[in-house]
Amino acid sequence: MRTIEQSAYAVNNKGYYGKFGGAYIPEMLFPNVEELQQNYLEIIYQPAFQAEYHALLKDYVGRPTPLFYANRLSEKYQTNVYLKREDLCHTGAHKVNNTIGQILLAKKLGKHKIVAETGAGQHGVATATVCALMGLECIVYMGEIDIKRQAPNVARMKMLGAEVRPATSGSKTLKDATNEAMRHWINNPVDTHYIIGSVVGPHPYPDMVARFQSIISEEIRWQLLEKTSSENPDYVIACVGGGSNAAGAFYHYLDESSVQLIAAEAGGHGINSGMSAATTFLGKSGVLHGSKSILMQTEDGQVVEPHSISAGLDYPGIGPLHAHLWDSGRAKFFAITDDESIKAGFELSKLEGIIPAIESAHALAVLPYLKATANETVVVNLSGRGDKDLDTYMKYL
Amino acid sequence: MNRITKLFQEKPSNVLNIYFTAGFPNLNDTTTVLEALQEAGADIAEIGMPYSDPVADGETIQQSNQIALDNGMSLKVLFQQLAGIRNKVTMPIILMGYINPVVQFGIENFCKKCQEVGVDGLILPDLPMDEYYEEYKPIFDKYGLLNIFLITPQTTEARIRRIDEISDGFIYMVSSASVTGGTSGITNTMETYFNRVNAMNLKNPRLIGFGIKDNATFTKASQYAAGAIIGSQFIRVLQNANSIYNDIVNYIKSVKG
Repeated sequence: MRTIEQSAYAVNNKGYYGKFGGAYIPEMLFPNVEELQQNYLEIIYQPAFQAEYHALLKDYVGRPTPLFYANRLSEKYQTNVYLKREDLCHTGAHKVNNTIGQILLAKKLGKHKIVAETGAGQHGVATATVCALMGLECIVYMGEIDIKRQAPNVARMKMLGAEVRPATSGSKTLKDATNEAMRHWINNPVDTHYIIGSVVGPHPYPDMVARFQSIISEEIRWQLLEKTSSENPDYVIACVGGGSNAAGAFYHYLDESSVQLIAAEAGGHGINSGMSAATTFLGKSGVLHGSKSILMQTEDGQVVEPHSISAGLDYPGIGPLHAHLWDSGRAKFFAITDDESIKAGFELSKLEGIIPAIESAHALAVLPYLKATANETVVVNLSGRGDKDLDTYMKYL
Repeated sequence: MNRITKLFQEKPSNVLNIYFTAGFPNLNDTTTVLEALQEAGADIAEIGMPYSDPVADGETIQQSNQIALDNGMSLKVLFQQLAGIRNKVTMPIILMGYINPVVQFGIENFCKKCQEVGVDGLILPDLPMDEYYEEYKPIFDKYGLLNIFLITPQTTEARIRRIDEISDGFIYMVSSASVTGGTSGITNTMETYFNRVNAMNLKNPRLIGFGIKDNATFTKASQYAAGAIIGSQFIRVLQNANSIYNDIVNYIKSVKG
């Protein structure tokens, strides 16, 4: 893995990206988080760890994932669109890049139980998968509402041997599943590792997850160089809920100022509808799940229940790296509505024969706004496949 | 002198700290609960500032937070309710809650309001120690507010010593690795941990919290510390109360024995 220690966008030694980040955790979590802070870099850059991680990415996950020139989509938008096919990863999304890394880390730390949260179920499935692979016990918290709207992933987790526990508090979605997973970790501090699925949570999670996902842009660079004359596209587009696939797709381009980084947030019914999850449009600085970031909240600082058609983007915050990219102007943020994402999902299916996850369809839906030219190159990170979303898509047929 | 400091000088043992959520079970119960606690002889009132995502709390306190928020509780309302409370209640008052609502209220403004209504200390479980020391402590000091830290069985000796050095009032000794309301009773493992901390000769007295619910657990915990804290069980008492004032007085008296 390449690193960006010298970058203006790297986390500092206190766990901050600019104004955002840190580790706002109750004392009960402090020993576990401190253990990670002190050891994560040393462990993950050990040659033996890297060798095992990369062997699993290759032989188990199926990496490198293709970078596909989308001919008909390019024609439609009069530019050059490449799709980074994370949907072809084992388990159907980029999430497994991180869970492979974290399960190896958990083993090094001597943990033999895993807890995780999940929204769409992709991270839950990716966690249940690596737990089965390594023979570790797995508990996944999932919002009660998400359990209903992502039934296939619930079944997959159960078949993989994980216990799926419903989060019944609050909005009963990803935020609440995260609360429950944190509580579980507080109650089981010694034998359990918490595999957070996104670039959120207390330091070092945002940095650690970004490093495990950075394989995405590491591959895009050499794949693009093979297909064009440059490692650098003009645009990289990714959807952002917490923001792990975006962090991975942006990672090796953070310091390449010629590459425009574009984040697609879930606009829901529209940013002024009261039914939205577009954090940078509707939020302000705040603390949730252990870090300071941009957060959708009331005037009194209570966290707002977001809405998105996509369970994976239905989260009231974003990772602190993304908050910094937004605050500094390094990345441009779009709010894509439910309807726009569905339209983009059908468009990709019909033009390229690829059914995207509704999360990833939010990134595709930026294309009409982009106004990229015929000699420019656009990389869209296709973070997951749409099998899990067929029920939702069918309502629009 | 700060009321918490004064309390421990005058009463070094069997201190009973009661946690309750502001605005629970009804929005305007906050002051009734405080008056009943004083009448019954509780020593410290710890008022929970409700939050939508209280990750260190178990189901009982979570639900009380949600009900209080649904009732319309906010920091603004809480400070309105507490205005004039010092005419009736003389016991130390602590505000406990998560950092985000406090940050949105504005730290300086929050501390100023605390001083105005007569709050003596704060428990902000997700405020990191370093941030407290570097950014918050000067403001807390200015308004005479003590910041109370938590320690757990997993907290290292070096960290306990650091907490003891940079804080005053007392140290909140969490009895076991858990969220609130999850355990009951005091085990042998806990006793070993309490004795280990006692042997450190800390500057600050300790109160034991998590798993304290009645006279037996309160009396036992008080053998290992200056006293104990009851939270979830008290919330259950409020939940099931027919007459809040009388039920509180009866419960506190039963705990004190």
